[in-house]
Amino acid sequence: MSSSARTITEKILSTKAGREVTAGDYVEAEIDAMVGHDVTGPLAIEVFESVTGEDGTVANPENVVFTLDHHAPADGVEAANNHNIVRDFAETYGTHQYEISDGICHQVMIEEGFVRPGDLIIGADSHSTTYGGLGAFGTGVGSTDLGTVFATGELWFRVPETIRFEVEGALPDGVYAKDLILRFIGDVGFDGATYKTAEYGGSAIADLPIHQRLVLSNMAIEMGGKAGIVEPDDRTVTYLERQSGLDVSLDPDLVSDPDADYEAVYTYRGSDLAPQVSKPSNPENAVDIDEVAGTPVDQVFVGTCTNGRYEDIRAVADVLKGEQIDSNTRLIVVPASKTVYQTCLETGVLETLVDAGATFQSAGCGPCAGYHQGVLGDDDVCLATANRNFPGREGSMQSQVYLASPATAGATALYGEITDPRGLETERYDDYAVATAEGGR
Amino acid sequence: MTDRVPRTDGGTPPVDEPGRAWVFGDDIDTDQITPSRFLVSTEPAELAEHAFNDLRPAFSADVEAGDFVVAGENFGGGSSREHAPLSLIGAGVSAVVAQSFARIFFRNAINLGLPVLICPDAGAIEDGASVSIDLDAGLVYDHDAGETYEAEPLPQFLQELVDQGGLEAYTRQKLATTSE
Ligand code: SF4
Repeated sequence: MSSSARTITEKILSTKAGREVTAGDYVEAEIDAMVGHDVTGPLAIEVFESVTGEDGTVANPENVVFTLDHHAPADGVEAANNHNIVRDFAETYGTHQYEISDGICHQVMIEEGFVRPGDLIIGADSHSTTYGGLGAFGTGVGSTDLGTVFATGELWFRVPETIRFEVEGALPDGVYAKDLILRFIGDVGFDGATYKTAEYGGSAIADLPIHQRLVLSNMAIEMGGKAGIVEPDDRTVTYLERQSGLDVSLDPDLVSDPDADYEAVYTYRGSDLAPQVSKPSNPENAVDIDEVAGTPVDQVFVGTCTNGRYEDIRAVADVLKGEQIDSNTRLIVVPASKTVYQTCLETGVLETLVDAGATFQSAGCGPCAGYHQGVLGDDDVCLATANRNFPGREGSMQSQVYLASPATAGATALYGEITDPRGLETERYDDYAVATAEGGR
Repeated sequence: MTDRVPRTDGGTPPVDEPGRAWVFGDDIDTDQITPSRFLVSTEPAELAEHAFNDLRPAFSADVEAGDFVVAGENFGGGSSREHAPLSLIGAGVSAVVAQSFARIFFRNAINLGLPVLICPDAGAIEDGASVSIDLDAGLVYDHDAGETYEAEPLPQFLQELVDQGGLEAYTRQKLATTSE
């Protein structure tokens, strides 16, 4: 047994594999929870049935979750049939299944209490890295992986090396986790963390409320990461208690050892950072907002598993309270979950946004992957709080997508051109900061 | 589920027989391999009809069983969609040779039994060249240029997965062993 220092990634995978492992080892490890959705789920079900034959058994149905979020509500006959395949399977095998009104897989997994610090979680969706914001090892897999894990409860992994992003000091007003992650991706590139864990630490990260930590983990995949982890702390525990109804006790050893072996460490000073915008058509095209401010925008899209939480939508409402969006711009808001939707309703955020001219839609992925509910036409320019802006991602191959924070999205909707949120009245942001200080709402 | 075409385990053509190289550049993401509007199907042959639909329409029209896909850096980035490697299997592609792969695409391909080879010199291969592969030795032959390029051999665990025809076959075997 090795006595050397280990990363949180090595610790989690060692526990799940039942033996001491380090980066580069191949392991077969037990999975704590797994999720498939309406696009990847049917294929996983097909694999499961092909592997187990007629009377197969799902190893741990209580750990299996399905969501219907990408084509929700169904936008065509094939999507509707896919929904029914998932519904039938969940009923037959006694797994969890959420409906078209419930929201995006990653948000549902967190709200419904399937994610705890130290867990090993897979999803047949690349943004399954999101769970790292709560100190879990979450990673995206293919439908074949998922379908075989239904049957066996375990899966093979290569234990990844870790790159650490360390941010010290306070973030300036108007700068959020979204700006941080766009900067990181810009610095290391679209494939800069391929096969690796992106680990986020330092005093600025420790100060982030959980909903913002989730943004960092969510977009680890945009630099190729296998996982994106923030070490869990008291805020994590508070958040899980309030948002997920979970009672967790923190394992003090569930952090990277101080002299753990990192492949690279990038350090930042929080105060140096400006709001970031990723230009079309790659998330790595991140620039300070000055460089693109004033660019006219046809559509602003607020939502997705990256920035579709209540605090994100609230940040947009804060900017638009009592105002009207620019007459040349459309604003589409899609809450990440039914719970987010309800909170927007209860707090008046929904009313504020609809009054301001927004199109407010039911929970789900919306136009994020170009399926429906607001896809872009040929010459459309969009600013989105999403995670990807590849060619054609949100519709036409000729359309252009800029990525930014919810605050930037709100300011941009107000003026119809990319706008620095730091220029706007600040008391609204103070209000927002107080509301989220404890890691809850 | 009965009307779906059964999936084949490891049904890719032999890599040691020469085939045409379809050469692509860097950062070809899964949205470009299989645009999301075609994701409603999970059937390899149907997906193959839309492979590289927007990027290179000639591919799906002219690709033949036994052809190879050759690419630059970071092939298959983006979403986790297995539809992307599946569409290449459906098109009859023998193997994908790239300078580097995005993680999930690499993993999905191995799981489906589609050989994927990391070859730093892949950029030297010209579109339309006749190529073949020696998987065990980790070699890529460019028959037109008369060149041989070294590739990274797969780690043994992954080679076993590919040899068995992918993760499904591997799991079937595992289930059979544990229930004995
Ligand atoms: S919101 Fe977008 S990125 Fe997130 S799961 Fe849905 S389609 Fe994928």
